[in-house]
Amino acid sequence: MLARMRERARDQGGPGTLTDDLAIPEVDPSALGDEPLAELAARYRLRPSAARPGVIAYARQLWDRRHFIVGFATARNVAMYTEARLGQLWQVLTPLLNAAVYYLIFGLILGTSRGVPNFPAFLITGIFIFNFTQRAFITTSRVMPDSLPLIRALPFPRGCLPVGYVLIELEQLAMSMVVLIVIVLATGEPLTWYWLLAIPALALQAVFNIGMGLFLARLGAGADDFSQLLPFLVRTWMYTSGVMFSIQTIKTLAGHPTLTYLLQINPAAVYISLVRNAILQSQRNAWPGSKPYNAANCALYHSATAANAKGSVLELSAYCHGTVTMTGLWLWGIGWAIMALVIGFVFFWQAETRYGRG
Amino acid sequence: MAELALGGTSPGQPPETPRAPTVVVDDLHVVYRVYGAGGDKGTAATALMRVVKRQRRPSVREVHAIRGISFVINHGDAVGIIGRNGSGKSTLLQAIAGLLPPEQGCVYTSGQAALLGVNAALLDDLTGERNVVLGCLAMGMTPQETKDRYQSIVDFSGVGNFIDYPMRTYSTGMAQRLRFSIASAKNHEILMIDEALATGDANFRAKSHDRIVQLRGEAGTVFLVAHNLAEIEASCNRVIWLEKGQIMRQGYDVPAIVDAYLEATGGEPRKRDKPAESAHSADD
Repeated sequence: MLARMRERARDQGGPGTLTDDLAIPEVDPSALGDEPLAELAARYRLRPSAARPGVIAYARQLWDRRHFIVGFATARNVAMYTEARLGQLWQVLTPLLNAAVYYLIFGLILGTSRGVPNFPAFLITGIFIFNFTQRAFITTSRVMPDSLPLIRALPFPRGCLPVGYVLIELEQLAMSMVVLIVIVLATGEPLTWYWLLAIPALALQAVFNIGMGLFLARLGAGADDFSQLLPFLVRTWMYTSGVMFSIQTIKTLAGHPTLTYLLQINPAAVYISLVRNAILQSQRNAWPGSKPYNAANCALYHSATAANAKGSVLELSAYCHGTVTMTGLWLWGIGWAIMALVIGFVFFWQAETRYGRG
Repeated sequence: MAELALGGTSPGQPPETPRAPTVVVDDLHVVYRVYGAGGDKGTAATALMRVVKRQRRPSVREVHAIRGISFVINHGDAVGIIGRNGSGKSTLLQAIAGLLPPEQGCVYTSGQAALLGVNAALLDDLTGERNVVLGCLAMGMTPQETKDRYQSIVDFSGVGNFIDYPMRTYSTGMAQRLRFSIASAKNHEILMIDEALATGDANFRAKSHDRIVQLRGEAGTVFLVAHNLAEIEASCNRVIWLEKGQIMRQGYDVPAIVDAYLEATGGEPRKRDKPAESAHSADD
């Protein structure tokens, strides 16, 4: 084993040191005593330094550092825009400008607004909600390389870092939600009790993001190739998640029920739909399948769409066949969140001792 | 008994009574993996060639940095680690801290080892104040403990008004002082300092020397990597001399080993008129 390693190191030109001229004295085995070192260590209850705690113990360690995680997220958030003259205003301006660009392209130029009641509110909600997941994914995939000085300086459970990064994005989302509420009210949506449902929906999304963030943080901790590739994957995901079109009513997908179903149950589409149904009455009323099937009303909806009509006639899509019920949406939302958290947590934990190596 | 046999030939400060070990290093081998080593020109074309060739020869190189080291360190020891550049000093500390997994062998410790490395800042774009608070919380202190210790940490670091500035505006010495203050605020069982005091000024070196002695007194274990041999002699009761990732000599007779090291590496022999003050004199 040892000889092979030495040979390998020499063949690949990897020198152990830069020096060659000092002879190393042979170790005298008696200098370390008769007792094998492993037994000595066991007798004094020493533990291997590179051992990781059990998965439950690790979760408890993370919980013990909650103050650090929150403090880390808040401090990062405050520091994020200190270099800009407009400062924290960018927290609001960034999502607004995003919304404006997408409205210009998809609402006005490409016309995906067809058949969607209150399209501006629909679009902006979708963008803000997806943006939360998107930014959480991109930042957590770089968190380990970016935090190397911190990792090498202080001992703490490394899971704090991706979780903290997701919290940063959650705090940013809170700011975006204020903007969103103003816009949504301005487009004429009423304020109802249903709005409270946005809170559990966003909480589920946050759990999903934390789980995925842990997963991506480990992937991004190795070679850099993954974090280079990720933005393209996420952008593709955005275009298939019904951010700027309605998956259930868009004409392109008509006649592909399986594909429609798969697109609708993907996590991004689930969380976006949950929030839309909570804060947009027009969306809740128009959710396909939420009313008993009525062929005449459904046909009326399709002809209104063909004529590019606007207004409440578009809410007749509720009488068409739906792919996923509103209850189904919640179940998928809970399922994705739990699955992401469990898999992501275990996956991240498995490599706990390897983060920060050279 | 292992702890009796370890002392070597020491008129220095041998252990008077057998003490419990805190760090046991058992036949440790560490192999680094270095990405991006190799002689291509760094263009897309050469990268493509590498991808094509990768099937036969991986571009990841391995460096066998630690080659079979064994020793036992006891409660209350302050261990100086000396050796030339590239002899594996920092790698050894990283392995003890659990940051580099061993390729073979094992490191056993009595608790989490805190490693103060050469990197200057923790969170570059945050103020010193935030760094102190977050550093304390990260080490597992409660918010209340953090609040209680905050002022003493800032005072010890001596960065003064700069505490309100982002850490990227600090000089190297200031940043290292603050890091040392943060890391030594908690009573780690094992504290390892990797050249982290090198850029501190004379005043801070005296203060940190006292702090290291204090940590030793609290039955902690301190590792110190320094090229400043005066600092090693002043702070440590034991020394390990590494060469090519192996132990050249080790023991409690610090001056003798330091002299042998200087002789072997062609340095000037040290003059020891006033051993107690030697930490403040320039050396190396």
